Amino acid sequence: MPKADATLDCIGLYCPMPIIQTAAQIAKMAPGQVLEVLADDKGIATDMPAWCASTGNEFLELEKEGDEYRVYVRKKGA
Amino acid sequence: MEEKKKLTIILFSGTMDRALAAFIIANTGAAMGMDVSIFFTFWGLNVLKRYDRPPTGKGWMRKLLNWMNRGSAGRLPLSRFNFAGMGPWMMNRLMREQRMASLPEMIAQAKALGVKLIACTTSCGLMGISEENVVPDVDLFAGAATYLGEATQASVNLFI
Repeated sequence: MPKADATLDCIGLYCPMPIIQTAAQIAKMAPGQVLEVLADDKGIATDMPAWCASTGNEFLELEKEGDEYRVYVRKKGA
Repeated sequence: MEEKKKLTIILFSGTMDRALAAFIIANTGAAMGMDVSIFFTFWGLNVLKRYDRPPTGKGWMRKLLNWMNRGSAGRLPLSRFNFAGMGPWMMNRLMREQRMASLPEMIAQAKALGVKLIACTTSCGLMGISEENVVPDVDLFAGAATYLGEATQASVNLFI
C-alpha cells in the first residue's frame, strides 16, 4: 500500500464526482505526491485509470476491501 | 505542451434527464483535461432560460411559446414519467439521496471547470429568446459555423 500524501473520501458519491474531486485535489498537490481516493462506486476501477491516462498522472494501485475501493494516484511532473 | 482534446456537445433537448446527461459528460471531460463546449439549440435553450424574467418574443406565437415553455434549469420536465410535474420532483429526491448534484449545481460546476456554454442565435431568434432572458453563465451567442468549427477539431462530438 503506497504511502499517501493526502486522502480524498468519496464514499457515497457516484460517478463522476470522485473523478471531478480527484482532479481538483490533484491540482492542489505538488508533483510526485500521492493521493489516496476512497470510493464505493465500482466504476472507479476503470474510471481512475482512464482519468490517469487522459491527464498523464500515474495510476499506482487499486485495493478492494469489501465494497470499498482504495485507489492511489501519483501526480505527474516529478 | 500536448494539445488538449476537445469535446463538443450539442444539447437539442430541453428535458431534465437529457440535460443531466450532457452536463455529467461535459464535467467529466473537463475534469479529464478536455476542452469542452456545449452548444445549446432549440429546446436545449430551455436549460439556459431565466425564470425570473417575463417571457418575451415578437408576435403572439412566440409569446405563447415562451409562456408555455418557460423552462429554466430547475424546472425542466422529464422525457418520460413526467407525471404532470411529479416526475422531476421524484427524480430530484432520488438524486439528493445519491448525493448527486442538481442540474443548476452541475451548471455552476461546469462553469467552474471551464466548460464553454454557447447559445444558438438562430434558435433564439426563431423562438423569441432575448439575451436578457438567458442566464449570465452563457459565454457566447453563436451559430452553426462556430459549432462546426469547434466540432471539426474535437475528438468527441455528441448530440443530446
